[in-house]
Amino acid sequence: MGLDFSVVPPYLDIILIGALWTVALTVGAGLLSFFGGIFFALIALYTPAILRLPFRAFEWLFMGTPLLLQLFLIYFGLVQMGVDLPAFVAGLIGLGLHFAVYNSEIIQASILAVDKGQMEAARTLGFSRAQALRKVVVPQAVREVVPPIGNNMIALLKDSALVSVIGVGELTLSAQLAIGRTYRPFEFYLVAAILYYIVNLGMEAVLRRLERRIRLAR
Amino acid sequence: MEKNQPFVEIRHARKCYGDLEVLKDISLTVDRGEIVAIIGPSGSGKSTLLRAINDLDPLTSGEVWLEGTLVNQVLPHHRYEKHINQVRQDIGMVFQHFNLFPHLTVRGNITLAPRMLKGLSSEEADQLAVDQLERVGLLDRIDFYPSRLSGGQKQRVAIARALAMKPKVMLFDEATSALDPELVEEVNLVMKRLAEEHMTMIIVTHEMAFAASVCDRVIFMDHGVAIESGPPDRIFQNPTEERTRAFLSRHLRNS
Repeated sequence: MGLDFSVVPPYLDIILIGALWTVALTVGAGLLSFFGGIFFALIALYTPAILRLPFRAFEWLFMGTPLLLQLFLIYFGLVQMGVDLPAFVAGLIGLGLHFAVYNSEIIQASILAVDKGQMEAARTLGFSRAQALRKVVVPQAVREVVPPIGNNMIALLKDSALVSVIGVGELTLSAQLAIGRTYRPFEFYLVAAILYYIVNLGMEAVLRRLERRIRLAR
Repeated sequence: MEKNQPFVEIRHARKCYGDLEVLKDISLTVDRGEIVAIIGPSGSGKSTLLRAINDLDPLTSGEVWLEGTLVNQVLPHHRYEKHINQVRQDIGMVFQHFNLFPHLTVRGNITLAPRMLKGLSSEEADQLAVDQLERVGLLDRIDFYPSRLSGGQKQRVAIARALAMKPKVMLFDEATSALDPELVEEVNLVMKRLAEEHMTMIIVTHEMAFAASVCDRVIFMDHGVAIESGPPDRIFQNPTEERTRAFLSRHLRNS
């Protein structure tokens, strides 16, 4: 049985809608993981042990266990506790938190790498530590993390395929639906792979522009 | 001429790092409009003393007063933060390594604190930036990022940034030590102009010639002690203390 791509066009709309969901999921979870990463980094670096230690446990949970299991916990596990999240929201939260923990590590290192003189200069002008962090230290730290966090975003895009198992109609699940009707796995998985790759290229282009803009502003 | 009450006063300042005592019971007063240089070898504690004035390096014991306000008050954390952030607005500080904010333009560097802390509108803050940059002769650099400025220009912008808070006193922590020799003069010139405007200044410096030409008084420190203090003519030409003499002869030979 050779390849026959004529089976694809009738399902192209389903596949493209799936691709759009993948983009929505990646952008949404990406933003969540970025701002969550900053938030977690500030907790890890600047809060007393009573906040920091529970956070460490939470961080360990997200770094030391499979993402798939985390998605199951959030989607199926929480139902038992009376929290019935839509699959898309559960996927968004799962991916977002998972990558926020990784981003937090990067952002912590980057905050610590900002010259101590920056905080001193800001404090000397009369800023509180929180104000100095918000206006002086964190904006500088964030500039340095665009490349490594960009890598995490690309990993996030690829891992977003996992949420197909909790029934989010993203690209992988759409391909599976089409395969279920046509029994043509090779063609549809190939089309899905190409679409992932195209989204990936788009993301890389956005990241490159972002890096360029940051470079120009110094 | 009537005698001013002390404007800045340090009483029995002591500072220890573990067993190491870097400030040993130092007291000094600075009058309004007075310009004081602190000189001495590296590790003598002069920067530590300067940084104690705005409580950046808190003293182990002793008091710092600014115009009748106790700077290093012992308060519960939250109230201390409020107090010190208010007091620091009145104490401008210039660092050896400039510490400009690299992610902001010159305008952003100067206007950030007045906008956020004094609630100036962006027009008011802009005008303030223009005024202060005219004072240091860098108005044409207002939209530059710090990375595009020379060391001397960076330090002049740092001075403008401190002046924009309208401080009562300016602290200079080796403001020209990190500069190439040919860039020192432009910064000295700006400081001289401030002296002519009777800004109260406390200057930690290695530049004896500058101290001699600008300051009203020179304090020589060694090993955490203020060895002697007096008008620059007397300290430089006729020091009474042996250690001062030794330091000066060593320093003049090297420079």
